[in-house]
Amino acid sequence: MRYAGKKILTMCVTLFAVTLFVFLAFHMISGDPVTSMLGTQATPERAEALREELGLNDPVLVQYGRWAAGFLKGDMGTSYSYRMPVSEMIVDKLPVTITMTLMAFVWMILIAIPVGLYAAKHEGGVVDRIITVVNQIIMAVPPFFAGILITFVFGMIFRLFTPGGYVSYQVNTGKFVGYLFFPSLAIALPKAAMAIKLLRSSVISELKLDYVRTAYSRGNSKRSVLYRHVLKNAMIPVITFLGMALSDMIAGSIIIEQVFGIPGLGRILLTSISNRDYPVVMAVIVCIATLVLVVNMIVDVIYGLVDPRISVE
Amino acid sequence: MNWKKIRKNKNFIAGSILTGIMLLLILAGCFYTPYNPNTMDPSAKFAGVSLKHLMGCDNFGRDIFSRVLSGSRTTLIVAAGTVLIGVVFGILIGALTGYYGGVLDEVLMRINDAVFAFPSILLALLFISLLGSGKYHVIIALGIAFVPSFARIVRSEFIRNKNMDYVKSAKLQGAGDFRIMFVHILPNTMTVLLSAIMIGFNNAVLAEAGMSFLGIGVQPPDASLGRMLSEAQSFLFSAPMYALFPGLTIILLVLGFGLLSDGLKNE
Amino acid sequence: MIRVTDLNIEFFDHERPETVVYDFDLTLHEGEIVGLVGESGSGKSMSALAIAGLLSRKDMKKRGEILFEGVNLLDCDRKTLRKFQGNEIGMIFQEPMTSLNPVKKIGWQVEEALRLHTDLSKEERKKRAIEMLQKVELHEPERVYEQYPHELSGGMRQRVMIAAAMICDPKILIADEPTTALDVTIQEQIVALLKRINQEKKTAILFISHDLSLVHQLCERVLVMKGGYVVENGSADEIFYHPKEEYTKKLIAAIPKVVRKTEKDS
Repeated sequence: MRYAGKKILTMCVTLFAVTLFVFLAFHMISGDPVTSMLGTQATPERAEALREELGLNDPVLVQYGRWAAGFLKGDMGTSYSYRMPVSEMIVDKLPVTITMTLMAFVWMILIAIPVGLYAAKHEGGVVDRIITVVNQIIMAVPPFFAGILITFVFGMIFRLFTPGGYVSYQVNTGKFVGYLFFPSLAIALPKAAMAIKLLRSSVISELKLDYVRTAYSRGNSKRSVLYRHVLKNAMIPVITFLGMALSDMIAGSIIIEQVFGIPGLGRILLTSISNRDYPVVMAVIVCIATLVLVVNMIVDVIYGLVDPRISVE
Repeated sequence: MNWKKIRKNKNFIAGSILTGIMLLLILAGCFYTPYNPNTMDPSAKFAGVSLKHLMGCDNFGRDIFSRVLSGSRTTLIVAAGTVLIGVVFGILIGALTGYYGGVLDEVLMRINDAVFAFPSILLALLFISLLGSGKYHVIIALGIAFVPSFARIVRSEFIRNKNMDYVKSAKLQGAGDFRIMFVHILPNTMTVLLSAIMIGFNNAVLAEAGMSFLGIGVQPPDASLGRMLSEAQSFLFSAPMYALFPGLTIILLVLGFGLLSDGLKNE
Repeated sequence: MIRVTDLNIEFFDHERPETVVYDFDLTLHEGEIVGLVGESGSGKSMSALAIAGLLSRKDMKKRGEILFEGVNLLDCDRKTLRKFQGNEIGMIFQEPMTSLNPVKKIGWQVEEALRLHTDLSKEERKKRAIEMLQKVELHEPERVYEQYPHELSGGMRQRVMIAAAMICDPKILIADEPTTALDVTIQEQIVALLKRINQEKKTAILFISHDLSLVHQLCERVLVMKGGYVVENGSADEIFYHPKEEYTKKLIAAIPKVVRKTEKDS
């Protein structure tokens, strides 16, 4: 438990540093929002009054504190270009990104663990060699190209889904999840290939260790040596990778959204970047960053649960 | 590495051949492309694969083969620049923190870990929204995002090496810290670093392609594989070949370096 | 009780086949402690692993017969072999630091053989395991039961290994250099523990070591191996005080003087 507490504390500190950095960076480049709100013709007195009203004359750190406090309460500022609260723009998009990433994560696990174990169990066999070669190629496919290929093959040739036929989860949850089936697969494939490679080599090197021989000496079958002894040990490096992959997939979903025409956080981020709509960019980046940090924290805690040697340190 | 070992290292051979061919083609493309990559020829709109147009033509009648060549060059330049920034700063930070340790190490590594925890594409997006898009901004943005991973590797190598006998004997001979770090230890980290550079290169290629695909990376008139793919996506049904060739090019580039990296690790 | 005749082991995973054990013969009777000595690479560990049924079947060829309770362990099917392993034949290894599974609790590992070979309930297994941990002279067995290997010292881990190997009351215990990785005082304790187990349970022990002085302390009969052959075979005293082979003399000469002196005094 002390270990988990430490991890949560680290996460909070990192989150503070990240948000402060993001705030300062945007504070520096975004210039004077008053000019953009009132136009260049405004009288200096009016501009000064608005500045005072918005608190722009306060020290930067005070402004950061106000912004962060607002953020915690769900007030993420106002979009320059849409003139609406940022939180309203983001809140209903967040579940899209989260669902898609989680589905991709499930895909990755469902593909990687059985295939990786099979390859390790039959090391050097024909199937193992085929898996190794196919893996190497899939690892080289950029996720968005995987998305394009999937669109072409499953969407256009086999007509298993309608490209661009996204349905919001607020309209029909089933169809929403159904539409995310292939996009999440596209995100997952390259990561699954890496996970397979890692799990395979991890299991193979674990199988050479002394405790495996001990397990055999007690009368364990090959199967129970693999599942009851080796798997948990072999998963330790894989868990680190899965966590990193999950945070990569959160960011990767931004690209895949564009391939499959999904209106999620990614689309808002991209339009806001090109419109220089800084409050929105900041809010989306902070949201994604928070997701990533939470994921990392959870992975660290799981890591501590799986590997008893960690929690003691 | 001796020849017998190399001959057995299938990954290394396949990777060298693949990377060699790709680099040769791209190098040749610097001096000669069959067509000007940006010249539009309305009569050749969506021309199919033929001897005249090896990969066909796009929606403006531009020769795809020429565009792929020039696009790969852009991708390679961006990737090389990114890795260069990442490696130079990574070595500096990693060497200082690994060699001296202490408070500096503690502070820099905390920051490093925080940055490392972030997906590089997200960091790059952040920097792009601060700097604006364009080839050089992409290099800077991705370069900064890549520093932590190199710093980490270099640091652990320096920690491993700094107490070895050859370092001690160099110290006894009166070599200064700077000399020990960069003349004695650094060359010993090369095998590990080289393999990391290959992987970094791949990540940079993929990240650049992704950003250009999103339209916030390399800007026209520079041709870019990612941008070609995003344009091709609108014509996927009528001209699937348009998407296929730039995509395959990325795959082959990444595959080549991936195999080389694996080969180096097994060496 | 177990009779090994004409055991030959040949590797062929390298470029050319390589024989590591030639014409190995051994009979082990109930309650007997036999020592197997030789330098590393002499084939003693290979022979022991073969008897425990732990040599992989893929990369090597084995000839001969290992007869135990009417079954030839060399060519019986895996299922029959597994019924003996951990149940009738227990084994402990050289490296107590790495021979235990790092992510499983001690208790789980000690009672594993019970789980595989008996129908005992969870509570009964736990009770037996704690008794066993006590028998190998571990303090606070209940606490150890819940601990992980990295929380124990090398000597404690080797005791845990012995407890795990002995939990089903096997007829034979094969100890492959069980003390080599431990320091001298712990070595003595482990040897004494093995001796006590042998007296209490009448377990036959095959004790493999390169340290003739330890073998002399523990064993009645000794086999000396060199280059895959058994070069000398006789009672422990005979071999220790009147070695016939030049090789055995060298092995004795290799024993550190201090240890040899205490040996003679005792």
